[in-house]
Parts: sequence; structure tokens; C-alpha cells
Amino acid sequence: MEYQAKELFAKHDVPVTLGIVANTPDEAQAAAEQLGVVVVKAQVKAGGRGKAGGVKLAKTPEEARAHAEAILGMEIKGLRVNRVLIAPAASIEEEYYFSFLLDRANRKYLCIASVEGGVEIEEVAKTNPEAVRQTPIDAGTGVDEAKAREIVADAKFPEALTEQAVQMVLALWKVFVEEDATLVEVNPLARLAGDKLEALDGKVSLDENAEFRHEDHQVFVIRDEEDPLEAQAKDKNLNYVKLDGSVGIIGNGAGLVMSTLDVVAYAGEKHGGVKPANFLDIGGGANAQVMADGLHVILGDEQVKAVFVNVFGGITACDEVANGIVGALDILGDEATKPLVVRLDGNNVDEGRRILNEAAHPLVTMVDTMDGAADKAAELANA
Amino acid sequence: MSIYLNKDSKIIVQGMTGGMGSKHTALMVEAGSQIVGGVNARKAGTSVELGGKELPVFGTVKEAMAETGADVSVVFVPPAFTKDACIEAIDAGIGLLVVITEGVPVQDTAEVFAYLQSDANVGGTRMIGPNCPGIITPGESLAGITPATIAGTGPVGLVSKSGTLTYQMMYELRDHGFSTAIGIGGDPIIGTTHIDALAAFEADPDTKAIVMIGEIGGDAEERAAAYIKEHVTKPVVGYVAGFTAPEGKTMGHAGAIVSGSSGTAQAKKEALEAVGVKVGKTPSETAELMREVLRSL
Repeated sequence: MEYQAKELFAKHDVPVTLGIVANTPDEAQAAAEQLGVVVVKAQVKAGGRGKAGGVKLAKTPEEARAHAEAILGMEIKGLRVNRVLIAPAASIEEEYYFSFLLDRANRKYLCIASVEGGVEIEEVAKTNPEAVRQTPIDAGTGVDEAKAREIVADAKFPEALTEQAVQMVLALWKVFVEEDATLVEVNPLARLAGDKLEALDGKVSLDENAEFRHEDHQVFVIRDEEDPLEAQAKDKNLNYVKLDGSVGIIGNGAGLVMSTLDVVAYAGEKHGGVKPANFLDIGGGANAQVMADGLHVILGDEQVKAVFVNVFGGITACDEVANGIVGALDILGDEATKPLVVRLDGNNVDEGRRILNEAAHPLVTMVDTMDGAADKAAELANA
Repeated sequence: MSIYLNKDSKIIVQGMTGGMGSKHTALMVEAGSQIVGGVNARKAGTSVELGGKELPVFGTVKEAMAETGADVSVVFVPPAFTKDACIEAIDAGIGLLVVITEGVPVQDTAEVFAYLQSDANVGGTRMIGPNCPGIITPGESLAGITPATIAGTGPVGLVSKSGTLTYQMMYELRDHGFSTAIGIGGDPIIGTTHIDALAAFEADPDTKAIVMIGEIGGDAEERAAAYIKEHVTKPVVGYVAGFTAPEGKTMGHAGAIVSGSSGTAQAKKEALEAVGVKVGKTPSETAELMREVLRSL
């Protein structure tokens, strides 16, 4: 979110005005009393906040309060606004754009700079592509002062701002590499009265894989923004994404689970349009506790009518998975109330199927193929 | 024949003495791979028995290569040390570097890739992964964690971002078998791409047809489609996972995310079909399309 990006900017000496975060209209009013003329800005992880009515100028503290009242609780692109940023109003002369990002296709980094900012850069790319300057950055050599000068010159920032812009580029590069970001974006990068360059709004995406060397990034995780089931899954170290359907999905391996969602959605076309309820990858070690944790999360989803467990025993043997399912149903006891369709294939499949057959749990149906099992699960969810 | 890996490949394992490393080293030995040793600076000079074979532990990759003639390294070290392990192997001039480790920071991988592209890559190292199941040439050698018993040797070449979908597809097509199956990994930056594997399969006389498995995120599949149109004469059958994935959510793999209208499964399917690649709706349907292709050859 904007205020979090700005905190990271400030940490690396990017010129920025932090403002004050408010969770209530009272707090917004108090902040405005301190700051004078302010802009009340919705804080959600989405662009287009201004267009959605989530950014308003307030000349008085009372006005700030009224705007906060209107903005808090509104939805922008499906996201509820739980906090606003009260930022001192700035006198903007010009708006530019700047970003560093991971360029997947070229397997390096990319710098994008433009003298036309304040609007979505994709729009500028359409209307005035010449004004969007792209500079590939080698991940080995990075950005030094010479590279920063090259970027600034190429973007054609006004000459009066050159030195400030070079320092800004170097500071933003520090944000990018030292925080393990995959995106650092400033839009607008504003020329304020008195030729002062400042990051007026920004966005930073951080690499979750790098969390182990950034314990301080924990503060950026805002639990009230998360889906409660997703939060619960995260606490159990499960890779879970909540979706809108009624067929709960458990599988092993990200690719296979994504494929399972698709196969269930196709099968659902024949069964009243039922859809997958979630993505859940339990990874390699499908022991009883992991399986129980996964089922617990999925059964906590009121929309779920049936569950499809789709496991290919690669390294994990199917007998371990079968024991995991039986054990999980023991652990859950009366909590397990929805039918379970299980498809096992691969390593030790015969033993796995024997274990499930022997347990003969009334909720469990076994189907041999992935497509067949998806069909059965969709049918049960539509019953 | 095969691509990248064959019965003569001599393999060392970086991180052989760790939990994952020792488990999978034993499985690679059992699969018939020529595992010739491992690397761990703190246990240099010792040896461990894995899969019924006594394997020496060396202090460095360079030393291991000098002593054993190894030309492949499989990396199991934890994410925090993966970058250094890769740089060490590249400096030593290893031919093939298979990085299994999941959870490597993408900037570390970007640096390793830049290193591979630079003059420092004296041995012409090829990296597969990270975050991948590795590569298997059935009946000859396994460098990675793919179960060796799923399918035998045959005419199909397989390239996939996903581990379990690789296994699933090998299982579906076990009636035909594989020349080589390679999992290139689901991270945003990887060493070997769909295009690299397609080019290698095109050049491999024992590969008669190719299965390409993709998933949401990035534009690797669209680029592969353009490559197929220009350079691949062998029949290609495709599968793409993630049609139901919502925008902006990472689906397990760090690279599997739909951003706005880009990276969708639908766009990838259309790009592949536009160049004559048949794309299955499910893994089973994809396998069936491949069977039809093989019957008509």
C-alpha cells in the first residue's frame, strides 16, 4: 500500500512526505488539524483510487473528517478500505513516472521512466509511446551513478532537476535491491513548487521468497486485509487461496492443483455450474497432520459442499497419503461432515487404495482417474 | 539419444548430506544415475553411503570435478545459500547445473542468470531451475527428484514448468515412454526455458513428438508458440494449467500469477493453437491428443 511504500522510500532517503495513517474519521480529523490542508487517500492494494473517489482534497479538519467517513468502508476494485492516509496537500507543477521492475521475459531488470506521469503508464504507452523510456538493467552490474545519469538523460527530465533526479534514481535502486523488491514504482514523481522533486505516490512489491533476510517486512503484513481462511491457512504454513465455488480442493504440487481446479470447473459445467472453492497445495509431505490441517481449513469454508483430494504419488507414496487421509478424518472426528472424493495415482497406489478401502469411511469415495473424480466431486457438490 | 543428460553423465550433488539431498541422492543412485560424489565444505574428506553406494564428499565443486570427472551438478542447498552454490559451480565450469531448491529469492536467480550470460561462464554452464523437479532420461539417468519408475524410455519429449504435472503426464503416457522429461521450474526467472528445451528436442533424433506443459504467469508460452512456428518441425501437443486462477493471486509457484489481462491460460492456449499446437483441456485429454499424434507418425 502507498503508506507502506513511502515508509520504505523514507528508509532509503527517497524524498517523500509520509503523512499520517488514520483508521477512523476522528483520527483523520486529528491528523488534518496537525497538517493543515490535506489530501485524504484510500489505502488499498489497487490502482485507480482517484477515479473510484478514494482520493479527496480537504481544506479543513472537518472536511477531512467528512471525506474519511465517506472513504473508509468503501470498496475499490473489490477491496474494502480500512484506512486512509492523510497527506499534506502539495502544489504540483508537473507529474512524472518512474519504476524499477523484474523483467521476466528478458530475465533481468527494467527501468521505466516517463515525463508523462500521474496517469497509468499503460495509457501513456498507448497514447505517447515515445514518452515511455525503457532501460534494461543487468542484474550483475546494477545501477551506478553513470547508469542513473543515462536513465535521467534518456527520460528527458527537465535540466533543472537533473541532479535531484539522479539521486532519486539511485535511492530508488537501493529500495529495489536492498528490500528484495520485484517492483518499485513512483507515480506521480512530482515536481513541486520551487523545483523540488518528490515521490508523491508509490507502490512496492516485495519478493516473499526473500522474507528470510527481511524480518522487518513482517510489519507490512496487515492481517485485517486477509481473507480469514487464508490467514488461518498461512498460520499452518499451507499454500491456500480462497475462491468462490463449492468444491474444496486438496492436491500436491502447484501445477497439479491448478490443473485440478480447471478440471473441476469443466466437470462443473455438467453439474449446475459448480466451481472450485479454493487452491490448496499440501506439497510433498502429505502426512496426517498436514492433511487434517488442510481439511480443517477447507471444511471451515461454508460454501464448500464436497471435497476433492487429488494426489499424484511422486516422491510421496500413496500409502502415506492414504494413511494421512484416514488419520485426518480421525483427528477431525465430527467436524468432518462433507463428502470426500479421493483420487490417488502413482507411487504405491495399490497399497494406498487398499488402506482407504479397508478404512471404508462413509464420507470417502474413491475414483481412479482425475477426470472421473472431478466429475464425481462436482456431482456431489451439486446434490 | 536424449537431451542434456544421458547414461554417461557423471553427477555430483551440492547439499548431498542434507535431508532432501541424501534422500534424493539415494533415489538417483537407485535409478541408475552415475552419482560420483557430493560437495560440503564442512564434511570434506568423509564419505556417505546412499542407495547402496559409498560416495565421497568434496570441499568444493572444482575439487569434485577434478577428482571424478563430473559434468553435472544437482543443487539441494537451502535458498539462502543457493546463489553462492550456483556461482561456485559455474566458476568450476560444470556443464549442467540442476537447481532443485524451492524458495530462492528472485534477485538471487537474476544475478546467477546474469553471471551465466557473462564472460565468467567459462565452461558454458547450462542451468535448469531453480524450483524444479530436474531432468530424467528414462533408463539412463536422473538428475533431480522425478520418480524414476513412472514411465520408461520412448519417443516423447516433455517440458514442463510444474513437477507434479510432469509426473502426471509421464504417468498418462507410460504406454509410450519418454526420450527425456525436463521440469524447468515455476519461478519468474529460470535458467532453461520452454524454448531451449524445444530446440534441444527438435535436434534430438530419438524424440518424435513433444509435450509442452505451461501454466499461468509471464509470457513464456506465447514466446514458445512463436518459436514453434519458426523452428519446430516435430509435432507438439500442449497443456496449460490455471484457467480458473483469479487475477492477482499467486497460485503456489512464485511465477504463477495473472496480472491484469496478461499471463492468462486462455491467452497461452490461443497462442499455441494459432501455430498448430493441439492443446488439451485436461492432462488426460492432452495424453490422448499425443497418442493420436504418435499413431499418425
